[in-house]
Amino acid sequence: MQDQSIDNREWKKGSAELLLLSLLEAVPRHGYELGKLIEQRSQGALRFHAASLYPLLYRLEKRGWIQGRWVEKSGQRRRRYYRLTAPGRKILASQRQGWQTFVEAINRIAGAENA
Amino acid sequence: MPDWNARIREQLGILNLKPAREAEIVEELAQHAEDRYRELRTGGATETEARRIALDEIGGHQLLARELRAIERTVAPDRGRFLAGLAQDLRYAFRTLRKNPGFTAVAMLALALGIGANTAIFSVVNGVLLRPLAYPDPGRLTLISETTSEFSQMSVAYPNFLDWRRESRSFTDIGATRSDDFNFTGSGEPERLSGEYVSASLFPVLGVTPFMGRGFLPQEDRQGAACAIMIGYGFWKQRLAADPNILGRVLTLNAMSCAVVGVLPADFRFSERAQVYVPIEQYDGGLLRTRESHPGISVFGRLKPGVTIKAAQAEIGSISSVLERQYPATNAGHGARVVRMKDNMVAYIQPTLLLLVGAVGFVLIIACANVANLLLARSTARKREFAIRTALGAERGRIVRQLLTESVLLSLGAAAIGLLLARWGTRLVLTAAPGSLPRSGEIGIDPYVLLFTLAVSIITGILFGLAPAFHGANANPQESLKEGARGAGGGRRRAEGVFVAVEIGLAVILLSGAGLMMQSVWRLLRVDPGFNTRNILTMQVALSPKVMASPPAIRLAYQQMLGRVAAIPGVQAVAVASLVPLGESDSENSFWLGAGPQPPQDHLTSAMFYVVTPDYSRVMQIPLLRGRFIAERDTLASPAVVVIDEVMAKHVFPGRDPIGRQISLMAVGPVQIAGVVGHVKHWGLDTDDTAKIRDQIYFPLLQIPDQFMSQGVAGLTLMLRTGAEPLGLASAVRAQVAGPTQDQPIYAVRTMEQTVSGSLAQRRFAMLVLIVFAATAVLLAAVGIYGVMAYAVTRRTHELGIRVALGASRRETIGLVMRQGMRLAAIGLAGGLVAALALTRLMAGLLYGVRPADPATLAAVALLLGGIALLACYIPARRATAVDPVVALRCE
Repeated sequence: MQDQSIDNREWKKGSAELLLLSLLEAVPRHGYELGKLIEQRSQGALRFHAASLYPLLYRLEKRGWIQGRWVEKSGQRRRRYYRLTAPGRKILASQRQGWQTFVEAINRIAGAENA
Repeated sequence: MPDWNARIREQLGILNLKPAREAEIVEELAQHAEDRYRELRTGGATETEARRIALDEIGGHQLLARELRAIERTVAPDRGRFLAGLAQDLRYAFRTLRKNPGFTAVAMLALALGIGANTAIFSVVNGVLLRPLAYPDPGRLTLISETTSEFSQMSVAYPNFLDWRRESRSFTDIGATRSDDFNFTGSGEPERLSGEYVSASLFPVLGVTPFMGRGFLPQEDRQGAACAIMIGYGFWKQRLAADPNILGRVLTLNAMSCAVVGVLPADFRFSERAQVYVPIEQYDGGLLRTRESHPGISVFGRLKPGVTIKAAQAEIGSISSVLERQYPATNAGHGARVVRMKDNMVAYIQPTLLLLVGAVGFVLIIACANVANLLLARSTARKREFAIRTALGAERGRIVRQLLTESVLLSLGAAAIGLLLARWGTRLVLTAAPGSLPRSGEIGIDPYVLLFTLAVSIITGILFGLAPAFHGANANPQESLKEGARGAGGGRRRAEGVFVAVEIGLAVILLSGAGLMMQSVWRLLRVDPGFNTRNILTMQVALSPKVMASPPAIRLAYQQMLGRVAAIPGVQAVAVASLVPLGESDSENSFWLGAGPQPPQDHLTSAMFYVVTPDYSRVMQIPLLRGRFIAERDTLASPAVVVIDEVMAKHVFPGRDPIGRQISLMAVGPVQIAGVVGHVKHWGLDTDDTAKIRDQIYFPLLQIPDQFMSQGVAGLTLMLRTGAEPLGLASAVRAQVAGPTQDQPIYAVRTMEQTVSGSLAQRRFAMLVLIVFAATAVLLAAVGIYGVMAYAVTRRTHELGIRVALGASRRETIGLVMRQGMRLAAIGLAGGLVAALALTRLMAGLLYGVRPADPATLAAVALLLGGIALLACYIPARRATAVDPVVALRCE
């Protein structure tokens, strides 16, 4: 498992933006939640440590694709929640499209060889 | 619960984020770390384990900082932090320098020499060349002179000045001035005052308003007007005890009663010496009325706003052409020239000063190279320090900044010492070479000089600090920590080698320049001036105003004076003369062949015109070549005679014997040539050979016609040949000259040798300064090569120890070390000689009797520097042989 996640490093870099944008599509989430979700949904294949997750969030925020806001819930320390912005939504759509095209192309080649 | 905030903040520290942004990130990440920690603890991890993992994920190995750097705005537009960093750097630099007093002292001294020399030269250039003249709107002030084919700048005939003034439209006004001396009597001892005859328009042209009183009125500048005078501030303050009621006070000048109407301001420097100013129309005699005579009048004009020099030149030129046509007998061939007043004052010294600017720049570069080498050596020693700092997260830029702060601090300290050196050095040079610089009164340390020094020291600090700084910052922490503090990289050794070679090369250039100047001065001092300069005393004399009214009385007074002075023990011969060779003044007369009427101006020839008494040739020891010199019997009662020099004899009577031939002198008439004497280098030991007027005529004082007597004797010089040290006779001569009425002062007493040496002042000044620079350069270069070699030996102790252990002889060891040093020296010498060949050509105009590429000079320089380099290498090399192999190997 661990090996696999290291192998996935390059993939992660290219797709990380897409992953984060996708996870924010429906509801605003905070950083820790995002990290956990990626790990869970990829069944541990993909893991982001804080040291790379937060810089990525800040980058997306700087580009105006997502927006962070401090939210205080009773009995808890305040957390910073990120939500998708309108430009972010457009980027997500186009990245999703691009990713699908890419994956299909890979599959056509890699799949054909294996067949 | 661990303190996440502190650990995260620590990581972000080097990014220099804005405080608010940093707090936000810290809070968010701390929250994350806490969540992660809780999760791990819930999953069964121990407290320590959970903390380690949480912190690791937040960013071990600078990961977080690296990632964030690309995104967040780093290093600050935040000035507070920058300044705080600077203050920290400064404190640290100060501590480091104080910790190594030896290094700091040596480096500062080298730099102080370089910066001080540059400051000194700049203060001279600033005062002489750059600073505008101390008049309002000085760029509009011009000097207008007459020109002929023989003189590119000639004093102006007064009627021409009046015509220029009336006709020209380019100037707000023009003014005339003529230096003269005045007998000041009726106030204690008779005194000779320096003064200026000035036109009433001169002070308005210069834009000078009196400190007290008023300037001259036009009606005061008329022939026959009551005498009004203005006085200089210094004269008023010292001689007249700052008399508050000076205005209206009557002073007796040249037996005239003159009322003081104004005192000039303290900073008025039109003439360095003038004490009194008298309206020019008070100048006695017909010389102002004739266009023939050019009695030392200078003309200054203030351009109207917007008028260019070129336009003014064109206008004055065309007025002069009209005058040429109108007065062909006197003005044919006379043009006019307009130049900026400042250019006229300083243009001639500019090449010398620029030469010195170049030379002093080299001195600074040598000093820089020296200190850079010291710093390089030290930065190698400090490698561990930098490595530790890098390992602790210091950026490269931060270390470079720290090192540059150190070097700039060093150079600023040096600048402070340098300023003192400069102040002291400039004074020393100006005292050692008086009269060598125009505007020397304006040389000093002003805000511009301070600014220059500050700029130079900062640039210098960065310049010599750069190589060591990058060397230090490039320290690879792992390597440096591993290998300890031993050894230096190849890069550093190369840099050292380059610096030493450059130092030697520059020293070669400076030494060559100094050597060439020394040769020039030495050769000039050996030039035969055409007379014996030793044991001659010269002084100006002024006759009693009482005798000046009557020409026979003047003649008698001179004869009696000569008789009294000749009787002084130790005086071998005494004479008076109207001109002193090499004394920066000249007087010409025109002549034509035969006794016929005066031909047109352009058929006349000019010759130097000396009015002398018979013993002049004995005083000067000018060789008599043919015939006889002027004798006692040549008086108004006998036929007029002249003696000419060999140049004129060859020029006017080629292949013929001039004795007994007749020529006619302007304003005198026909005269017979009685003798031929040797030529005297009147114009200067160097320039006389190329002067346009070299013919010389000697005329007997006693044959001056009555109508010219009083002008003819103005400014005569008393000259005596003595058996011993001439200046010792001055007071005896003073007593004898004073005469029965005690009202004949002598002044400007000097020996002929002083005059000769004064005529070389500018070259001597350049030579003196170049010698000082070259000596400094050689010293610095020697220290530089010695330092590098000594360090190389220390570094190679181990290797040398092995060689000695394996049986290398003393000679072999010395040879090994010396080869290394001498290779650098040879490269420097070769490069320097090539550069010297190219650069000394620029000083060709300042040389005399020696070519810029003088092989003897260059060879001597190469030998001298080679010898010094050899010595500087030998001392460390000999130390290398003292290496005890056992000790050397143990130090591993």
